Amino acid sequence: MQNYFELFQLPQQFTIDTAVLDTNYRKLLAEVHPDRFVNASAAEKMHSMRTATLANEAYQTLKQPTARARYLLQLAGIATDEENNTAMPADFLMAQMEWREAMDDARFARNVAALDNLLQDMRQQARQLQQQVAAEITRAPAEAALTVRKLRFIDKVSEDVNQLIAQLED
Amino acid sequence: MALLQISEPGMSPAPHQHKLAVGIDLGTTNSLVATVRSGMSTVLHDEHGHALLPSVVRYLSDTVVVGHEAQAAQSQDPVNTIVSVKRFMGRALHDITDRAHIPYHFVENDSSQGILELKTRAGLKSPVEISAEILKTLKLRAEKALGGELTGAVVTVPAYFDDAQRQATKDAARLAGLNVLRLLNEPTAAAVAYGLDNAAEGVYVIYDLGGGTFDVSILRLSKGVFEVLATNGDSALGGDDFDHRIYCWLLDQVRSKTADFKPLNEEDTRLLLTKSRQAKEWLTDNHEANILGKLNNGAFIDETLTVNQFVQLTEHLVSKTLTPTRKAMRDAGLSVEDIHGVVLVGGATRMPHIRHAVQAFFKQEPLTNLDPDKVVALGAAIQANVLAGNRSDDELLLLDVTPLSLGLETMGGLVEKVIPRNSTLPIARAQDFTTYKDGQTAMAIHVVQGERELVSDCRSLARFELRGIPPMAAGAARIRVTFQVDADGLLSVSAREQTSGVEANITVKPSYGLNEDQITAMLKDSFGAAESDKQARMLREAIVDAQRLAEAIQAALAEDGDKLLTATERETIQTHLDALLALCQGTDSQAVKQGTEALNHATEAFAAKRMDASVQKALTGKNLDSLEL
Repeated sequence: MQNYFELFQLPQQFTIDTAVLDTNYRKLLAEVHPDRFVNASAAEKMHSMRTATLANEAYQTLKQPTARARYLLQLAGIATDEENNTAMPADFLMAQMEWREAMDDARFARNVAALDNLLQDMRQQARQLQQQVAAEITRAPAEAALTVRKLRFIDKVSEDVNQLIAQLED
Repeated sequence: MALLQISEPGMSPAPHQHKLAVGIDLGTTNSLVATVRSGMSTVLHDEHGHALLPSVVRYLSDTVVVGHEAQAAQSQDPVNTIVSVKRFMGRALHDITDRAHIPYHFVENDSSQGILELKTRAGLKSPVEISAEILKTLKLRAEKALGGELTGAVVTVPAYFDDAQRQATKDAARLAGLNVLRLLNEPTAAAVAYGLDNAAEGVYVIYDLGGGTFDVSILRLSKGVFEVLATNGDSALGGDDFDHRIYCWLLDQVRSKTADFKPLNEEDTRLLLTKSRQAKEWLTDNHEANILGKLNNGAFIDETLTVNQFVQLTEHLVSKTLTPTRKAMRDAGLSVEDIHGVVLVGGATRMPHIRHAVQAFFKQEPLTNLDPDKVVALGAAIQANVLAGNRSDDELLLLDVTPLSLGLETMGGLVEKVIPRNSTLPIARAQDFTTYKDGQTAMAIHVVQGERELVSDCRSLARFELRGIPPMAAGAARIRVTFQVDADGLLSVSAREQTSGVEANITVKPSYGLNEDQITAMLKDSFGAAESDKQARMLREAIVDAQRLAEAIQAALAEDGDKLLTATERETIQTHLDALLALCQGTDSQAVKQGTEALNHATEAFAAKRMDASVQKALTGKNLDSLEL
């Protein structure tokens, strides 16, 4: 079976042209989407749903930087082991705690603007880690795995912040 | 005068012939049917020239009346005249919190787990059956206007409808004898109509406030691709709630001015609700509304409601629409500067204070150049036309999303999310679980939908049990639960124990849905009493299905048969095809069904090859001829 990069005719590397990804995703969906098979046999409908589902999964994986890095490592046979390996360098853990504290303060003060700033900070940090992972993936895959785990941490905190904002705005 | 051609009964028409396909907007207050004629999407009218069919169904002792006539009788016969039935679709009795103000006799159906029914003089009626009456009326209208039987229909649903509500809508359409080509989200349908009409490109917001539901969808429009970036809403918020605010105000006024005010009966409740709706509509173009009337309990109504009072009474409802709007913008990762246009949909967006609120939020004047009542049906008709295969250029592609997260109950009543909201459809995700105790052989799986962390705060969609897990130590079993959401936004769930292969498959028939047997039974009932009628109808349906498949296979063979099949493979398929066509000349519906099944099975490998070829073609732009296969 083709891997996700091959499916969208992209080079198998972290830095990709997202415009090409978008274009090729749309081209592919235009051919295989279930809407094209409404009058087809049950067998073709099923294959269409499977293929479109796979294309959606592949697209989301490559579009999202953390997922893309994780997938590249997986193709190289390296598990990022995010569920079990939660060991982090001390400085990263400190930054984590600061974010969580800032989040609690904002919750208490019902300050959405502060949460937006927090999101900006984390996005900034994530961008740096993404640049780092792009270099590490070929050179030092084991270190790349740690960077992916860090990115996953940031994604998780961002998710929680977004949820908190939704709660405060309700 | 040109002569119309009619093919021999039972013969399939030529594949290039224009198929009769319609889009149906099954609304809370009004419903419509539209079709594409000579390249133009048009709403179909009834014999009196009405485009809107009031979504009102009145049960008489031996007949059913739908539309204007039923609406006219609602005050005199409130219990048997059902309005806004859409609010009850896929709902249990305990979901309807304002029952006291609705003049119906609600009953809980004990055989189908809490599904609500209404007691009428024609017996107990489920919301699915009542909606089917509206759909039947529209189907008849369309067949009369178009002069033939419909190939299929696209039926719209609020984007924020959950799985139970979608399933109920599809059941109603099937009960009405419609071939459902697709369930389409209302805001997406509106975007299609608006986007194609105005050659719009960029990011658009569809703000859709209907009679009973609110949706907001954010779409990116680009070269015929309509990609939903995020959707949100409230499936129990609409124009009806604005009426209800006036109703409560009116009741307070009358009560305070009448000595010895007696409780309202059903006729009075309905009368006050009708007066309230009229006042709301009047206030769209006027500064104040006079409300006059006499109640059965002897009280007189003579009240004046000003626009300012109305705005005050309903302010919180307007802001209730802005919360989902903000959430959708966040989920899409956009700010108001990114928005090219805001399209207003739904009759309730005629209210000036809604327009002002939307304008203030998005810092731009909303677009209102399409009739907010018709735009959904018009868009659905365009999609139906494409799906039926009438458009040769397939430029149009709709990429929609699931509005609510789907998850499973885990220990402690917590939800483990499996598919997040705003995932592009179709989508599948798997989640692995393990056993809690040594020797555990069964596992209860509880599927829920919603954004909250606790199971009790989410909607329960289905419960099923995976049995026959081989006894193992706690934590050793690997149970993989797979969620698949199809292009209609409907969920199916399967579970499989990985080490032993024990499997359980269910299409999520939500706790409040009908099962396949119930649908079949209802369909049979509606065929008429005579056994011979039922047989004839069943045969006809089997033949229609068989012919649909035969046509699809013939088209596929003509297109790819030479390229993808060996002579022997082709011959096998042809044999099954010929056999099925022969069976269609007979009278054995069971045999036709089996023949259909056999042909489907025989074309499995061919279908897979065609799909692979499509993938290749999509990206290389090469025709099959130039590919090495």
